Amino acid sequence: MSYLSQPWPWYVAGPLIGLMVPLLLLLGNKKFGISSTLRQVCAACVPAGVPFLKYDWKAESWNLFFVVGIIIGGFLASTFIPNTNDVAISEPTRAALLAQGITEFGGLVPVQIFSWQALGTLNGFLLMVVGGFLVGFGSRYAGGCTSGHAIMGLASLQSSSLIAVIGFFVGGLFIVHVVYPVLM
Amino acid sequence: MKQAVYVVPGLLFGVFLYKSEVISWYRIQEMFRFESIHMYGIIGLAVLVGVISVYLIKRFQVSAANGEDVDVPDKVFHHGNWIGGIIFGMGWALTGACPGPMFTHLGAGTSIIVVVILSALAGTWTYSYLRPKLPH
Repeated sequence: MSYLSQPWPWYVAGPLIGLMVPLLLLLGNKKFGISSTLRQVCAACVPAGVPFLKYDWKAESWNLFFVVGIIIGGFLASTFIPNTNDVAISEPTRAALLAQGITEFGGLVPVQIFSWQALGTLNGFLLMVVGGFLVGFGSRYAGGCTSGHAIMGLASLQSSSLIAVIGFFVGGLFIVHVVYPVLM
Repeated sequence: MKQAVYVVPGLLFGVFLYKSEVISWYRIQEMFRFESIHMYGIIGLAVLVGVISVYLIKRFQVSAANGEDVDVPDKVFHHGNWIGGIIFGMGWALTGACPGPMFTHLGAGTSIIVVVILSALAGTWTYSYLRPKLPH
């Protein structure tokens, strides 16, 4: 059972995540993708006459159930088979984050900048509020996120998905290598 | 309510995201610093399994369990792919979480993620509102 209490190595987790693609296709011809759920929630809760949010979201409600499952999965895993040690990030990353003032490496997020206490700080606001907004805005503008473009899109050899994934990295590299050094 | 069956693959995906540490903010920093194979190995192998599965499903014209034919329509290119992609990538590096991991965090008890999810919903709503004015 020890493998259950340890984090799973990439060569185990990667193929398992990839199997979501055929699982959803074979269950009901569904395309793996999470960010469309955000649009679903907007359409269900605050359509406000916006044309892009006026569609039959109930017909696509499978992905709302899928997201409920993700939440339950996160709860079950963290409750019954939790990863108890600090995330084993590489030494160079640890050193770089230390140099940026991050000294606590426990948990899944750095509590110094990613917590309720940090929400009122400039860095906390940028990470959580601005960051979240950009994820929601950008994924819908791009037509998908990591699951829809990087996994489902690349799995079906879509060139538009490859372009989106290159965009993901351009944006991410800019933040990590240009913005963080100035911010922290 | 037939759609309720999708709770099951969702549950598995949530467990995978948690146990693989894909939901860790630190892992995303490490990825964008090119200092570990971890995230590249996960995404690369997931894509490989996906490519083989989609090929086999198309090759043998397998039907879905609900009787539908499986089709994977092409995603037609538009300029949002790269513009939105860059915007999304910035958010991914800031939050350390794309949408799947956000919901996994919620289940795993990272309560502050509620703020991130609400912000993401606000972002999606704002895109929807501005959509007619944005280049595509």
